Amino acid sequence: MANVKQVTKQAEDGAAPHSDLIGAARTESRRLMEGWWGEMTTAEEEGRPVANVFVMGSIAEILRTFDIPMSFPEITSLQTAVRGRSMEYLTAAEDYGYSPDICGYVKVDAGLHVTGRNHPNGKLPKPSLVVAPNTCNTYIKWAEIWERLYGCPVLVLDLPGWRGTGDDDSAASETFGRDCAYVEGQLRELIALCEQVTGTEFDIDRLREVMGEVNTLAVLYQEVIAENKHHPAPFDAMLDGLNFMGIANAYRGSPAGSDFMRIARDELRERVRLGLGAIPEEKYRLLLIGTACYSHFRRFLELFHEWGGVFAHSEYMTFGGGGIDKGIHYDLKRPIESLAEQILLTSQQSFFSVSFSQEWQADVVSEWDIDGICFHGIKSCRTVSTGLPDSREWQMRHNDIPGLFIQSDLVDGRLWSDAQMKNRVDAFFEALASRKALERR
Amino acid sequence: MSEVLVGGVDVGSTQTKAVVMSSEPRILGRSLIETGAHLTAAAEEAFGLALKDAGKERSEVASVIGTGYGRYRVEFGDTQVTEISCHARGAVFLFPNTISVLDVGGQDTKAIRVGDQGQVLDFCMNDKCSAGTGRFLGAASQALEIPLGELGPLALTAKNPVRMTTTCTVFAESEILGWLALGRKTEDVLMGVHAAIASRSISLLRRTGIEPEITFTGGVARNTAMVKLLEEMTETPINVSEESHYCGAIGAAIYALDRALAETSATASGGITL
Repeated sequence: MANVKQVTKQAEDGAAPHSDLIGAARTESRRLMEGWWGEMTTAEEEGRPVANVFVMGSIAEILRTFDIPMSFPEITSLQTAVRGRSMEYLTAAEDYGYSPDICGYVKVDAGLHVTGRNHPNGKLPKPSLVVAPNTCNTYIKWAEIWERLYGCPVLVLDLPGWRGTGDDDSAASETFGRDCAYVEGQLRELIALCEQVTGTEFDIDRLREVMGEVNTLAVLYQEVIAENKHHPAPFDAMLDGLNFMGIANAYRGSPAGSDFMRIARDELRERVRLGLGAIPEEKYRLLLIGTACYSHFRRFLELFHEWGGVFAHSEYMTFGGGGIDKGIHYDLKRPIESLAEQILLTSQQSFFSVSFSQEWQADVVSEWDIDGICFHGIKSCRTVSTGLPDSREWQMRHNDIPGLFIQSDLVDGRLWSDAQMKNRVDAFFEALASRKALERR
Repeated sequence: MSEVLVGGVDVGSTQTKAVVMSSEPRILGRSLIETGAHLTAAAEEAFGLALKDAGKERSEVASVIGTGYGRYRVEFGDTQVTEISCHARGAVFLFPNTISVLDVGGQDTKAIRVGDQGQVLDFCMNDKCSAGTGRFLGAASQALEIPLGELGPLALTAKNPVRMTTTCTVFAESEILGWLALGRKTEDVLMGVHAAIASRSISLLRRTGIEPEITFTGGVARNTAMVKLLEEMTETPINVSEESHYCGAIGAAIYALDRALAETSATASGGITL
């Protein structure tokens, strides 16, 4: 995003720009991420427990109730790549025996743990407990690595999938109710485990407070994403979206998380008022399906930005944001039951979107005024990459939405081929350019 | 108005092609050389040879566009356009009713669906690895010690083709040698190699839609066995021009013509300016 020095444009309403708002979200996110790392590191130094959790089903609500700091290995792994350090951990994991074709995040994390947990951002704490939902098939095997290394307890959260096979599969159905009760039972097991690990008694009113913050955070997160419907888009969903997601996960249920999202929303509103886009000259609005390649993050963005392409939305901001993009409406009168319902709904929506994402994509294309979709397949993650070429084809044939399919990885720079990547991206923009030129005739 | 001359230089992974065209548009000169390790020099040499073939001087050329993997090394060019856009444009120039384009090049294969102006509507390419591309034929040529140009005619004499289990260029040689060790005839092994590439190419083409007319471009289009197999698999006649190998360079030249004519405010060649 343009920084405060670039704010010279007068808003159409004539009011002077609030330059203090511009750049505030980045400054605050940097401060909060440092704080998050500081909390994790300090907790271990002080002998307090730290939990390893995942972005899709962190159950932060319960962990925060017990003031247990959360380490998100997906985030810490991608941070090594953004800082250009992922290869050393990938190599360490491969030397240890992990195959080159398994999840890059897992390997970076395993490499960190077997080499003394020295992360570029600080000392990665060892987990005292792990919450591993089945929202990604790798999570459970990943948790087993820490269990073997540290002997920490692992709570596998088994979330039943959507049972839409002719039965009543609505959220009000008897089946869904039974599934919620099953999840609720597991949440109560987690509460007991947290009591055991921390030696603190569960406080249901504290849980209500935390869940209330998540309700607030979700509303603000939705507002942030919606700001990008404006032209030009005030933020890039791949670049700035990553910060928003990071804070939404690390500070879920904390007032600091909601405060940050409010700052971000206010900055974006100011940017919209001033007509300040995420890139200097927006020509094409894009939707990203998949994730970015963090080992070549700047370059990845540059390939699109140099053509005037901005990511106005990304699917990553939905599942990577912990499911809050669709809104969270916890009923604080019955917090544990409501938490179980929401977790189940969120996970089922995530599963559902793997197979039926086309309609969501088409809606985003329409609402965010998208010119084309970039499908980025991740070589070491088939879970998020399955069916991407088919989705691309479907959008082209059924909705006449141009799509680009490219492949590399999350964190493994060996799977990035710059010339081939650029060739495909350039060709995609050439096709978009001729499409626009012909539309103008 | 005096004649406008333009050039297109396609610096491919294995060969560099260049053409000089007139504003009609008509191809006046062409050249084809091995790319080698020095891309800028290859581009210079190829364009110089095309000019010589056309009987023209560099100073007479209004605009040159570079394409192919080495397009940014065409340092004398005015701009660069990807070979995907250029093959699309070139294919429609050679066969105006083209809807589907298949370009099998040295290290990648492209399936392109084009609009009536030669614009790219959709495209699909092979992955980072060169499995099932022209490089695969190159590996077969080396393993069997048969010149590339003779592969197609020999394959067409096959009576009992083998079924290759790989399109991996690295594993191709060992599988070819394996079949020969089993006593299979060279032509039968070769036809198996061609069928493997054709099958992979068709899979890509399906991604963008197999719709006649289909135009086959790139160096492998000169291979008669490949053309026959593609026609059988698509049940459609395939357009192949004597200029197919130059298709990328031709497309680049047509983009250069658009650019040159736009500067003189004359009507562009029915195409689109990027």
